[in-house]
Amino acid sequence: MSDEWKPKILGIICNWCSYAGADLAGSARTQYPPGIRTVRVMCTGRVDTLFIMKAFASGADGVLVSGCHFGDCHYLEGNYKAAKRMFLMKSVLKNMGIEDKRFRMTFVSASEGAKWAKVVEDVVNTVTELGPSPLKELEQ
Amino acid sequence: MADEKKPQEPRVGVYICHCGTNIAGSIDIKELQDYARTIADVVVSDEYQYVCSTPGQTMIEEAIKEHKLTGLVVAACSPRLHEPTFRRASQEGGMNQFRFEMANIREQNSWVHMHDREGATEKAKDAVRMAVAKARLLEDLHPKSVPVEHAAMVVGAGVGGIQAALDLASSGIKTYLVEKSPTIGGRMSQLDKTFPTLDCSQCILTPKMVDVLRHPNIELMSYTEVESVEGYIGNFDVTLRKKANGVLTMEQAEARGIVGGGCNGCGDCEPVCPVIKPNPFELGMAPRKAIYIYHPQVVPLLYTIDFDSCVKCGLCEEVCGDKKAIDLEMQDELVTVKVGTAILAVGYEVFPIEKKTEWGYKRYDNVVSSLEFERLICASGPTGGKMIRPSDGEVPKKIGFVLCAGSRDNTGIGKPYCSRFCCMYSLKHAHQLYEKIPGAQSYIFYMDIRSFGKMYEEFYYRIQDEGAKFIRGRVAKIEEDPITKNLYVTTEDTLLGQPVNIELDMVVLASAVVPTEETNSVRKLFGVSQSMDGWLLEAHPKLNPCGTTTAGVFLAGVCQGPKDIPDTVAQAEGAAAAASIPIHVGEVELEPYFAMCIEEKCAGCGMCLDLCPYAALDLGKSEDGRTVMKVTEAKCKGCGTCGGFCPGGAIWMQHFTTPQIVAQIDAFLLGGEQ
Repeated sequence: MSDEWKPKILGIICNWCSYAGADLAGSARTQYPPGIRTVRVMCTGRVDTLFIMKAFASGADGVLVSGCHFGDCHYLEGNYKAAKRMFLMKSVLKNMGIEDKRFRMTFVSASEGAKWAKVVEDVVNTVTELGPSPLKELEQ
Repeated sequence: MADEKKPQEPRVGVYICHCGTNIAGSIDIKELQDYARTIADVVVSDEYQYVCSTPGQTMIEEAIKEHKLTGLVVAACSPRLHEPTFRRASQEGGMNQFRFEMANIREQNSWVHMHDREGATEKAKDAVRMAVAKARLLEDLHPKSVPVEHAAMVVGAGVGGIQAALDLASSGIKTYLVEKSPTIGGRMSQLDKTFPTLDCSQCILTPKMVDVLRHPNIELMSYTEVESVEGYIGNFDVTLRKKANGVLTMEQAEARGIVGGGCNGCGDCEPVCPVIKPNPFELGMAPRKAIYIYHPQVVPLLYTIDFDSCVKCGLCEEVCGDKKAIDLEMQDELVTVKVGTAILAVGYEVFPIEKKTEWGYKRYDNVVSSLEFERLICASGPTGGKMIRPSDGEVPKKIGFVLCAGSRDNTGIGKPYCSRFCCMYSLKHAHQLYEKIPGAQSYIFYMDIRSFGKMYEEFYYRIQDEGAKFIRGRVAKIEEDPITKNLYVTTEDTLLGQPVNIELDMVVLASAVVPTEETNSVRKLFGVSQSMDGWLLEAHPKLNPCGTTTAGVFLAGVCQGPKDIPDTVAQAEGAAAAASIPIHVGEVELEPYFAMCIEEKCAGCGMCLDLCPYAALDLGKSEDGRTVMKVTEAKCKGCGTCGGFCPGGAIWMQHFTTPQIVAQIDAFLLGGEQ
């Protein structure tokens, strides 16, 4: 079974909402596929578009950025600023020939453990359907 | 500056926790440990049943010394749970606490992939590799100590807020008690009696209300709302809007040079006021004037003009005479106070039960809410304590109590949660009925009776013995006889398996409780999260039920979730204790996640300035005379929004630096090679 291709998905999530939500999914033992690896940052405002480019360049098949809901940012407005950048990111990826569906920004609060599980499942399914990142083919 | 430091050869230790079977049940610990040893710069890797235990921590402390570690990774639970524990252990072991990194292989791994051992083990390997990649690059950081203002704020002056304020003030802390209504007392002051002791609610609450007014350390700010909050633990600047009440206190009058003036609560103004409005304290069942007090025991005893309905006829001004207490031109006033910590106790609202149309609330005169019943049966209520039904003023003989009215309701109209105190107050209502109306009969329609507290179950037996009839079943519908206004209640007795149809004189709906409208705005001002149902979210449901994820902000009472008076008061005392700790210690340590400018890389473009939500950044001169960004550390909270956008990569976000994050990304995607 281990020969089967499995997508590599990077999640960059904020400490206050999405990381706490992901922890809650754990405490509640909500099951989801293990297709994602997370990096914790204090705020999605910290997410440099460089990180996303770097992830795709290093072989990610998908990237998820997740933060607090609008109006709920622990730092007032970091998530708005992140969201603006992420819209830009989507068009950049498209122009680079990477399907923009491989990149997503979501908003999961500290009380939305079930939503986190659903988000991960969705992302894993979407990226699995798309197959390996086109950048990998270029390399070969 | 970070890059001036002489790079040290990284030596990382990895410790893997079994957490009993919580982790070891789904992840192959042996395989993970063997794998960890193969990661670059890992000099020691070990595992233990419970790394957070004393022997586990001792093991770490000794390893730091023995292996001269420069970085430590513990693969265990969430950093949100045990990061402080292992930071302390790191410090004890002689390593800077910020050289510690946690790999979350429990909450975000073993617990969510319980039946996928292979997948979970692979994910754990990646998580450990990513954590090591970060740990290799971690630096010594030093938390900044800031002084804590010797004052606290309590928002909401119901019984929870009152208790919290009294406790804070009695421990010697200057306390601002902020209440949006003109009087304090909250919901409890609307209740007739309290279960299971049947104390008169006002009798036990009023002395506390008076204590608040008299306490030298409490500044009571009624008819006041929070306008904005700035700062952080130890140093919150809270701007408050003192709403114009149109009436001067004696102190305000004195300040204006009115000798012996100001409102003394005499009430001469009230009869002359021509405007009549429903009194919200009596849930609209009694009138009030445009100049009013809600009830005779209000604290502070000070009249208030409702400027939305006042016609400014000036009759009150005239009758007030030499006291000159009335100022019809009064404006809202903004005041800013500085506090070290704050407690939110903003209470609850009653669910709008008219949404459950099958029960006819607001359509049928004789269907009332429990809070309305409290006022109807209360000696100081709109009927002077005479229990009558609204349609014709007759004394009701047969009353039904519908429990879970909007609670435990998964239809999408009501609320899924249990509102916790409705069972008990409905039992109390049945008792009050027997006390007031000889020969009355009560019917309690219930799903379960949840009498879980001290002396509660005993109270339940007592009410059964007094003759209340209990019918298990959710009421399907209530219909009104248009002539008699009597009510036909249809349900199924699920214990007998029989349909029930009873004609009653009156029905009381034990309505669900919901967060107040202001809860959402207040929580946003203080940066507190909310749970799925809109209640304020505690930092940890078990281990930190009074705290929030915003340092220095605490919760008390129903705003955190439905609870009765004893639980509210207990939580208020807990919140007061928690909120007083930083104030008594006098200083707090802030996590040193400040932004730093690498001046050689900074082009002085200033794009970061607008991104900073805290105005912590400025442009200044570098030593060589160039324009560069400067950080005011005291204002920076470490969100990294500036660092996420700096086009020159000149911003160094301590503990979340670009090289550290990129190393994590590469460690995941490129495997071991970097």
